[in-house]
Amino acid sequence: MVQGPLRVDFLTVLADWISDPARWTGATGIPNRLLQHLGYSVGATLIAAAIALPLGIWLGHTGRYGNLAIQITNVGRAVPTLVLILLLFALWPFNVAVIFAALVALAVPPILANAYVGIRQVDPEVRDAALGMGMRGTQLLREIEIPVAIPLIMSGVRTSAVQIVATAGLAAFVGFGGLGRLVIDGVAKGFRGTARGLPEVVWGAVLIAALAVLTELLLARVQRAVTPRGLRRQATPASEIPSASTT
Amino acid sequence: MISFDHVTKRFDDGTVGVADLSLDVPEGQVVVLVGPSGCGKTTTMRMVNRMIEPTEGTITVDGRDVMATDPAELRRRIGYVIQQIGLFPHRTIAENIATVPGLIGWDRARTAERVRELIDTVGLPEGVADRYPHQLSGGQRQRVGVARALAADPPIMLMDEPFGAVDPIVRTRLQDEFLRLQAAVRKTIVFVTHDIDEAIRMGDRIAIFREGGHLEQFDTPTAILAEPANDFVTDFLGAERGLKRLALIPVSDVKADPGPLVRPGDPRDRVQQVAATEGTDWVVVVDADGRLCGWAYVDELGEQVEATGARPFSLRVFADDSLRKALDSMVTSRTGVAVRVSGDDRYEGMLTQDILTREIV
Repeated sequence: MVQGPLRVDFLTVLADWISDPARWTGATGIPNRLLQHLGYSVGATLIAAAIALPLGIWLGHTGRYGNLAIQITNVGRAVPTLVLILLLFALWPFNVAVIFAALVALAVPPILANAYVGIRQVDPEVRDAALGMGMRGTQLLREIEIPVAIPLIMSGVRTSAVQIVATAGLAAFVGFGGLGRLVIDGVAKGFRGTARGLPEVVWGAVLIAALAVLTELLLARVQRAVTPRGLRRQATPASEIPSASTT
Repeated sequence: MISFDHVTKRFDDGTVGVADLSLDVPEGQVVVLVGPSGCGKTTTMRMVNRMIEPTEGTITVDGRDVMATDPAELRRRIGYVIQQIGLFPHRTIAENIATVPGLIGWDRARTAERVRELIDTVGLPEGVADRYPHQLSGGQRQRVGVARALAADPPIMLMDEPFGAVDPIVRTRLQDEFLRLQAAVRKTIVFVTHDIDEAIRMGDRIAIFREGGHLEQFDTPTAILAEPANDFVTDFLGAERGLKRLALIPVSDVKADPGPLVRPGDPRDRVQQVAATEGTDWVVVVDADGRLCGWAYVDELGEQVEATGARPFSLRVFADDSLRKALDSMVTSRTGVAVRVSGDDRYEGMLTQDILTREIV
């Protein structure tokens, strides 16, 4: 058990570590690590979305090859990201594309699955009415299916982005930057003596977690903003509508 | 006009949806397709706008083969209403109604004007324009569905159980409104239902289908009720065929009988003579202007008939009431007849059960 005084000491050590001006400058400073981390995360999320959104939306729209979407998703979920990083690193040593490829592989399944399901779950009657009134396939997709599916599509992107942020720390395992560096470097310094590496490890973990939470909050707002008004469920109850003919 | 010429629909799994159907939907009429589930009525309707394509035969709309017409263009000229309505949940009621005008490129002002007009036409409150579908009641949503189909004023409407998803009271009201609206707009309508009573009510003509897509009979409701083509149709029409027919025939279609008619001032012996000739123990009293005063038992009368002494008829029928209403007034009246009056209460004669029987048999 950790004794009281010792815990206070450790908190002091943590505070001292983070308030050291050296932590906030240079290539190994926290701002730079944060930027690197964001760079991997934003890049990988965009690439994953660019691949998975059109594919998922198209599969959902045609309604064919539904198994394909599900299989891609299942395979993607089964492969551990760390294993993938190590494998790819063996193929292309010290190539930063390894990190992007692994993170994209992590992010594609949720985006693909949600886009596919989002489009498929548009009511068949809504689709039937749209076609029956003379919409063409692309109009159906653009004006009906995508807007109605937008909440689910965005929640897939959000899930993926949060996973990426939380996982991008693995880049440090194979020598790249990001907030994972703090953890890896801290571990390398060892925890003996005056807990030399420990503050770094703790701060690395806290910062990654905080960034993941912020990503979640930010994207939840974006999701709400892009959801059409009629699909937001805090609407006025029907009883408040003036009723000329009371049906 | 819509015309089916030897149309067959065979689905991919080999089942026959519609079998060698030939049928004309005359311009400005409501043709109701009715039958049990799996009889091909919906398939038949959906082939008109190519939502389903025929395997054999030709369907023409105003002389043009639908298969030679671009499906989207074809559908924009045909109003389309389905049971579950399929309103777009992310669009306001006004935007929903404006769908087809948007597709065919109406300008903003014309569309807005049309939307306002239609909201009024189908009996929706003005405030709904900026609402979303989930904020409306079932009946209101059905009205939006009809308004949306009417938006670009298509000459043809396809309606698949359009009032199927609302409760019976609302359904009756929507049916009444639909008939009133149709009397004004005179669209050519293909109307699908599984409910024979709705078919009888709504249809200028009824097409009765049997499982496997066979058309069993195609005629006016009264003709079908009078002479069902076969046992299937008889069964499908159900009990009370006579009553259903009476409901379709207006009082003005049968000749009313003058009955035991007396006037104020007539002496007692004349009254007795009239009643004896008609075989009744009562007489109907009509004043010099032809207005109905009421009726009286012969025994109750004094030396002369007096206008004020007559008992009122609690139920009376008008020329455009149905014979079914006349029958109702007969069975609830002590005289056993239905009196027919004009709008300003002038006596036009009476209907007896003999007259109704003659009409039905």
